[in-house]
Amino acid sequence: MTDQHILKAFDEDLRDLSSRIAEMGGLAERLVADSVDALVKRDVAMAQRVIAADDQVDALQRDIEEKAILMIARRQPMAVDLREIVSALRIANDLERVGDLAKNTAKRVLALDGEYQATKQLRGVKHMADMVLQRLKQVLDAYGARDSERALDVWRRDGEVDAMYTSLFRELLTYMMEDPRHITLCIHLLFAAKNIERIGDHATNIAETIYYLVIGEPLTEERPKLDTTSIAKVSLPR
Amino acid sequence: MLDPSKFLADPSAVNVAAAAQSEVALGDPKVIARDVNVWYGDKQGLKSVSIDIRSRSVTAFIGPSGCGKSTFLRCFNRMNDTIEGARVDGTILLDGRSIYDPDLDVVELRARVGMVFQKPNPFPKSIYENIAYGPRIHGLARNKSDLAQIVETSLQKAGLWDEVKDRLNDPGTGLSGGQQQRLCIARAIAVSPEVILMDEPCSALDPIATARIEELIDELRANYTIIIVTHSMQQAARVSQRTAFFHLGVLVEEGPTETIFTNPSDKRTLDYITGRFG
Repeated sequence: MTDQHILKAFDEDLRDLSSRIAEMGGLAERLVADSVDALVKRDVAMAQRVIAADDQVDALQRDIEEKAILMIARRQPMAVDLREIVSALRIANDLERVGDLAKNTAKRVLALDGEYQATKQLRGVKHMADMVLQRLKQVLDAYGARDSERALDVWRRDGEVDAMYTSLFRELLTYMMEDPRHITLCIHLLFAAKNIERIGDHATNIAETIYYLVIGEPLTEERPKLDTTSIAKVSLPR
Repeated sequence: MLDPSKFLADPSAVNVAAAAQSEVALGDPKVIARDVNVWYGDKQGLKSVSIDIRSRSVTAFIGPSGCGKSTFLRCFNRMNDTIEGARVDGTILLDGRSIYDPDLDVVELRARVGMVFQKPNPFPKSIYENIAYGPRIHGLARNKSDLAQIVETSLQKAGLWDEVKDRLNDPGTGLSGGQQQRLCIARAIAVSPEVILMDEPCSALDPIATARIEELIDELRANYTIIIVTHSMQQAARVSQRTAFFHLGVLVEEGPTETIFTNPSDKRTLDYITGRFG
């Protein structure tokens, strides 16, 4: 769909933009996976690599933004071409945030300095991360295939991540109440979980963008929200 | 005590007025075309075109060269009558009355439906005479000062007054291209038209003069129904509220401008506006 312009250079520009998004997506995906791995395996070196690699994601975002602005100025794109470029800008923003969130999780591994046991709590975070990673992968595939249906599927299932986060939140609170020595670890895990939940939100944003790109209309339906931690209560043990 | 109801003698009247106003805002059809065909000899230039042109709005006709958009534009003030071998059939109604009615005075029609051409074509006369000519032959001015007033108002509406008020007796052809085009718009306005047809009015102008004409079109929209043929998609997107895309003599798609340029429903429209036509 990005070919057959009278101006062939325009086709090339659009293809280039799209492949950069794919590249950035792949990179962001790996950062998320590695940051969670580093957390689960208490791998400080890996965490450091994640922190360093985030610069590449940021650089790609700047690059995509520059190219997109130049294309708008040069080609005055219309309709699907305009959506293509606006979508690239939005998705690049989301992926840049995904990179930042992975980096934040990696920083927490450094803060904990490997001084913790791979406990039950970690399994919850890992499980949630697996789910989010699968969403991220699916949404990036949907972008590659310009498949609005597959994107919508990700969008509809964001509630599952939220629900899992809410249950993890309760679980971690309970651990902290049981033994104050768990507080440092649990707080970091809670923030890591929040990062992962936010990554899920960005995958959902990307899904909305893909829908707009393919269909040409914004997704106006209200998304099912199941993150209730802002109102969740856990009573103190007596 | 003041009784507020006294100030609203008839509340229903207020609603009626409000409703009427929103009607105007939406724009009733000023011109209705149904199944319009145009032949040049045995070649069909326009094939069964139907459209409603809304009042007090700008409608843009776009499409590749030879698609029939200018041919269609010229139907609205029967300019095709002047082309040898041209034949028009179908229905075109202006305010509900057929413009091809044999009783209709074509000269009067062309006063009601004015036209601005691609190349500015002022008469080889003074700036003043360029404007005064139309109102004079149509008997729109009772006396000299009346005519002078029409000339001033028309030039003001066309945004040209301040630039020419001190040299109204200079020849119109001595103005710059952009000024000449605004002079032609002023000339069209001078006979109090209801519809203004513009056939690529900016294609011979530089970007600054173009911007001034576009600004003018936007102002004129409040009082006139404007149809503009343009090859610049950006211009159509900027100045019009509705856009019609023509291809090979057929009206492919017509709709709100923002829809046509962001999410057209016909593939041919999409291919054209995104530059994919081979």
